Amino acid sequence: MSEFALKTALPAYLREQQNRIQKLAVEAGLDVFPTVFEILTYDQMNEIAAYGGFPNRYPHWRFGMEYERLAKSYEYGLSKIYEMVINNNPSYAYLLEGNSLVDQKLVMAHVYGHVDFFKHNYCFRQTDLDTGGRTVDPVRKPSSYDPNRRWIDKMANHGSRIRRIVGRQGINKVEEFIDHCLSLENLIDLHSAFSGRRPKRPLDDEEPKVTEIPRLRAKEYMESFINPAEFLEKQKKKMEAERDKTSKFPEHPERDVLLFLLEHAPLERWEHDVLEVIREEAYYFAPQWQTKIMNEGWATYWHSRLMTEKILDASEIIDYADHAAGVLATSNGRLNPYKLGVELLRHIEERWDRGQFGKEWEDCDDLEAKKNWNLRLGLGKKKIFEVRALYNDVTFIDEFLTPDFVREQKLFSFGWSNRNERYEIETREFKAVKEKLLFQLTNGGNPFIYVEDANHDNRGELLLRHDHQGQDLRQDYAKEVMRSLNRMWKRPINVTTIAEGKPVMLRYDGKEQTTRHLRA
Amino acid sequence: MSLKIDQDHSRFRGIVRGKIRQNLRKYVSQGELIGRKGKDLVSIPIPQIDIPHFSFGDKQRGGAGQGDGDPGDPMGGGQDGDEPGDGKKAGSSPGEHALEVDVTLDELAAILGEELELPDIRDKGKSKIINAKDRYTSIRRVGPESLRNFKRTYREALKRQISTGTYSPDNPVVVPIPSDKRYRSWKTEAEPVANAVIIYMMDVSGSMGDEQKEIVRIESFWIDAWLQKQYKGLESRYIIHDAVAREVDRETFFHTRESGGTMISSAYKLCAQLIDDHYPPEEWNIYPFHFSDGDNWSMDDTLLCVEILKNKILPRVNMFAYGQVESPYGSGQFVKDVREHFGRDGRVVTSEIRDKDAIIGSIKEFLGKGN
Repeated sequence: MSEFALKTALPAYLREQQNRIQKLAVEAGLDVFPTVFEILTYDQMNEIAAYGGFPNRYPHWRFGMEYERLAKSYEYGLSKIYEMVINNNPSYAYLLEGNSLVDQKLVMAHVYGHVDFFKHNYCFRQTDLDTGGRTVDPVRKPSSYDPNRRWIDKMANHGSRIRRIVGRQGINKVEEFIDHCLSLENLIDLHSAFSGRRPKRPLDDEEPKVTEIPRLRAKEYMESFINPAEFLEKQKKKMEAERDKTSKFPEHPERDVLLFLLEHAPLERWEHDVLEVIREEAYYFAPQWQTKIMNEGWATYWHSRLMTEKILDASEIIDYADHAAGVLATSNGRLNPYKLGVELLRHIEERWDRGQFGKEWEDCDDLEAKKNWNLRLGLGKKKIFEVRALYNDVTFIDEFLTPDFVREQKLFSFGWSNRNERYEIETREFKAVKEKLLFQLTNGGNPFIYVEDANHDNRGELLLRHDHQGQDLRQDYAKEVMRSLNRMWKRPINVTTIAEGKPVMLRYDGKEQTTRHLRA
Repeated sequence: MSLKIDQDHSRFRGIVRGKIRQNLRKYVSQGELIGRKGKDLVSIPIPQIDIPHFSFGDKQRGGAGQGDGDPGDPMGGGQDGDEPGDGKKAGSSPGEHALEVDVTLDELAAILGEELELPDIRDKGKSKIINAKDRYTSIRRVGPESLRNFKRTYREALKRQISTGTYSPDNPVVVPIPSDKRYRSWKTEAEPVANAVIIYMMDVSGSMGDEQKEIVRIESFWIDAWLQKQYKGLESRYIIHDAVAREVDRETFFHTRESGGTMISSAYKLCAQLIDDHYPPEEWNIYPFHFSDGDNWSMDDTLLCVEILKNKILPRVNMFAYGQVESPYGSGQFVKDVREHFGRDGRVVTSEIRDKDAIIGSIKEFLGKGN
């Protein structure tokens, strides 16, 4: 795999630490993939981080951009990357050369938290390569769960596939096409892996049947009374509408826009290949942003427990505390996923240890009783292990965020103030905070976009629908994305959405962008 | 070491230089970079190119945050970037094209140098003046109380208390004893001082409008920044002229609007005079910069300018730079005259600055020689 592999193996003293920490992690209940640690210099680290954790990716300028950002941030002393871990089986994790031993130990403990999460959280099941991307029952696992997640190889294969295309088509042409694909990379269906097999497309070659209008049996002279003409007419219209509906394509609105384009857009062979690569990688990275808060929270929870209970000796405590505080710091009122995640997990653990859940707890409105509520159930540990397997960030927040927690953690919601032209704190009220938080997380903060009709206006135009849930699309970006869609579909692109309270249809016909108001 | 990322990185740089020129241009022309922060900190944007996605518009956005504050209080800074859910997707935070980094002016000049591929300047001064300077760089165990490093002292005390078992988390009182104390300590470094002076000359006759002056102002800021990096203790002198020349302070230089005719020779005379009086060429690196719209009063005066340049100024300076700002009124003849007489003289650099976009190119023309 990595070409550094030989030069980057851990030195003996770190290897010892790794064995020790892995043993402690497993004793504590974590169940991990085999994990390979490598040690990198900072520019190797920046390079791999720029590539999203993989030593070999396809060529693209945005990796260079990311590298520059990381390298400059490092050079100006703004930030450095301590650790990186890849969801792969075996998992790979990178340590930064020259970090102190305390840091390296902290990173290792943190990494084992992540690896356990990769292995057990249901979202990551969609990165199993041996299921063909379809996991119908994400919860149940065979007892010897050892999936194929050789993504390092896969990404490297993607790299050479695209390099080969570049060899034939030229870098500018391919890179430009990749840019278009990347504009669409968030148009995927996060649940597709778990939704079972997609229904097959109905065959087009069937002749539309002449529809017989059902009529009640009646004697001839009663006919016009029992089956009045206008009623028959109405029935006929209804059935035709029904038939039109089924002949619509796609039959149901399609959320996996990328898949739809792959299957139906008039792409050249190489374009098809590139788009397929982008789509597969988009699905690989999706679980990481679906579970950012939980994943970081879980890893932080475990590094903090393992470090303070088992690993550290007295001389290291202060350095550890210093760095742990840095990881958990919030600044400028922004949410820190590490902090939010770990605090919420601890909150859950405490609640289940003390039995603060269930109907009795919910129904109790005696403040004093609630405060001292302790059934000594000790179910906390079991509960958080369950949570780490069965939830994603949205369901995690939805189910476990409590008013107490919001108050203790000083959470608030903020919004744009037109009057003062700035973002302002709006409220600390539980419902509002939770709503904002969920909105921010739902669908990874992306708008819901569906392919509605591939033969819009009977002219082969593509019609997409933005399912408006309170926030408008960013117009200039939407226009750019429509150009990219047009590049793939070759026919005009239409998007229905709502702008400033009015339903509109955005259109790009290959030359011109127009916005038309629709009647509500 | 060669990295795989180099190829992608150089493509990105290529895009930034070509396609995203507007970005660079934008911040130069709006003078964002001149907006200093603190004493001598400047924020420089790291170029970022955003890949457009279907995403939400800015104004209705909002989110959840954490921290102190009452409803109605402003959020610190922008809110993009750090949201959970952004995950590992590179550059997915909307609305932010440039990442701001605070750097010192010195670093900024270095970046400018790198960006424009400017060569380091050859020092011409012979006599080196050595300056002693104290730098606080290390820590020691003894020292005056005024230099005590509180944080280090505290940490030592905490370490000692923990290791001797006298620290109690319930009553976390940490009392330093003398051996815990740490003090900042300095080293004296000898620092050679090179002497350099920039003499700015600007035509302020009626034909130089506000826009022309803005160009001169931005361009001199960058030149200043670069030369400042090359020489500690750079001096600047300012001369304005119409038909007569006079020396002014920086403020006046950039804000005066005069009217009347143009006699460039008057400025060159004054410049030669300044050098005579204050800056012996064997000790000083001298950089005269002259900006004008190129509309001199008469051919005779132009010949006089050439005369002064040739005999009095050029022999003593590192480089003479003439920048001609395009103006709707001037004939722009002067730059042609200068080129005709000094076209092959390496010490004379000329540049025509058509508009704000041309500033970058012009700086490169001026400073690209490394004289």
